[in-house]
Amino acid sequence: MINFAANTTYTLPILVHAAIPLTIILVYALVAIWGERKIAGFIQDRLGPMNVGGWHGWAQSIADLLKLLQKEDIVPNNASRFLYKFAPFMMFAASYAAFAVIPFSSSYIGSNINIGVFYLLAVTSLLTLSIIMAAWASNNKWSLLGGMRSAAQMVSYEVPTIATVLTVIIVAGSLNLMTITEMQAGNDTLGFLPNWLIFQNPFLIVAFIIFFISILAEAHRVPFDLPESESELVAGYQTEYSGLRWAMFMLAEYADMLLLSLLGSVLFFGGWNSPFGEFMAGPVWGFFWFMLKGLLLVFVMMWIRWTLPRYRVDQLMHICWGILIPLSFINLVLVALWEVIF
Amino acid sequence: MELTTILFYLFSIITIGAAAVMVFSKNIVHSAFALMFSLIGVASLYVLLYADFIAATQLLVYVGGILILILFGVMLTTQGHSFDFKTITVNLVPASILSVAVAAMLIFVFVKTDWLISEVAEPNETIYDLGMMLMGDYILPFIVAGVLLLIAIIGAILMATRLSPQTSKPDTE
Repeated sequence: MINFAANTTYTLPILVHAAIPLTIILVYALVAIWGERKIAGFIQDRLGPMNVGGWHGWAQSIADLLKLLQKEDIVPNNASRFLYKFAPFMMFAASYAAFAVIPFSSSYIGSNINIGVFYLLAVTSLLTLSIIMAAWASNNKWSLLGGMRSAAQMVSYEVPTIATVLTVIIVAGSLNLMTITEMQAGNDTLGFLPNWLIFQNPFLIVAFIIFFISILAEAHRVPFDLPESESELVAGYQTEYSGLRWAMFMLAEYADMLLLSLLGSVLFFGGWNSPFGEFMAGPVWGFFWFMLKGLLLVFVMMWIRWTLPRYRVDQLMHICWGILIPLSFINLVLVALWEVIF
Repeated sequence: MELTTILFYLFSIITIGAAAVMVFSKNIVHSAFALMFSLIGVASLYVLLYADFIAATQLLVYVGGILILILFGVMLTTQGHSFDFKTITVNLVPASILSVAVAAMLIFVFVKTDWLISEVAEPNETIYDLGMMLMGDYILPFIVAGVLLLIAIIGAILMATRLSPQTSKPDTE
C-alpha cells in the first residue's frame, strides 16, 4: 500500500480517489429516485413520471434537483442555527465516508484498510447522530419525535447487524472487505455454484435474512421508516428543511441504502466476483457485477417499501429484541460450530 | 505544507475548540454535540497516528454514548429553547486551581520528556495482534470486563422494570 501520509505529491491522487465514490453516489441517486418512482408506479398500477425528458420521464430527478436548487433556504426562527444548518452535511458526510472501504472493483478501493467492516459500522453510526441533530435543532415536535425514534431504532438494530456481520467475519477470517471479496472467487461449491459466502455455510442464509431486515431498519426504509413516517409525523426530522438542505437528506438516505446493499453484496454475494467464474471477469466487469448486485438489493428494498405497511413502534422493538437479537446470537454460535466441525 | 500537517492542525483546532464550547455552553444539548465534535477530532488524530482500530472504536463507542447523553438532555430540558434546565458553574475557585495545576503538570511533562520521533513503518495487521492479545495474554481482564458490563446491564434492567403497582401493566404504547 502507498503511504499517503509521508508524501505531498499524493494530495491530488487522494482528491481524485475521493471523487470516484462521490460520482457513483450522485449518478446512482438520480437514477434511483427516478427508478423508485417508476417502481412505485408499476407496483401501484399507474405510470409514474412520464413527461420530463421524453422516454418514460427519465429526466424527472434532474428537473427536481434544479427545482430544489432554486428553493429558499428556510431556517426556523427559534432553531439552533449552527446545528440546523450543519446536520444535512454531516449526514451525507457520514454515509459518503463509509464508501472509502467499499471495493468497487478488483482494482479500485478507496482505502484498503484492515478494519474495513468495523470502520464502516463506526462511521455509519454518525448517521443517527446527525438525524437527532437535525431533529433537535429544528425546534419542532414532529422532528424531535422522529429523532427520538431514530435513536431508539439505531441503538436496537445495530446489535443484530453487527452480530450477523460477525458471523461472516468468523467464516471469512478477515475484516478487510477486499480480502473477503477475493476469497469468494471461483465457481466450485457443489460443482456449479459460485464460491460466495452465502453458499458456503447453511447458517449464513439465516444470517443474510437477519442482516437484510436489520439494514432495512438502519436505512430507515419501510416497514421500519418510523423516524419519518409521513402519515403520523409529517416528515419526521426533515419537516422544517427546504431546498438544498432537504436534498442533502434525500441524497444521504439513498447513499445509505446503496452503501448497506453493497455491504450485503460483499459479505454474502461475492462483491465484484462474476457469477460465472472466469467468464465476464476483470476490473470493469467486476464493477458491473458489483453494482448489479448492490442495485438488486436496493430494488428489493424499494419493492418492500411499496408492498408492506409500516410497523408500530412497539412491534419494531419486539422484532429486534424479541426475535432478531436472540436468533442472530444463536446463529453466531451455530456458524462457529459449523466452522469448527467442517 | 503537507496535507497531513494541515489535517493535524485542522483536527486539533476542532478538538480543542469543540471542547471549549462544551465547557462554556449553557445549553446541555449544545454541550453534548460539542463533545461529539471533540471526540470525532480525537478519533481523526488517532487515524493520523495509524491507530485505525482505536479510532473506529472511539467513534463506535462514544457516538453511542453521546446519543444517550443527548437523549437525556432532550428529556431533561423542556420543549424548544425556553430552557429551565441549564448547566451551572459551581466551585469556581477550587476547580480553577485544580485545572491550572493539572495543566501546569502536563505542560511540565510535555516540555521535560525526551520525545522519541521516528519514521515508524505503517503497522500492517494491528487488528490481528490485538485479537491474539485479547484472546490470549489478556483473556482474564477481557472476560472480567465483560462480566462487569453484564452485571451492569442486568442491574439496569432490574431497576427499569421495578414499576409502581399502578403502572405495572404497560401493555399499550
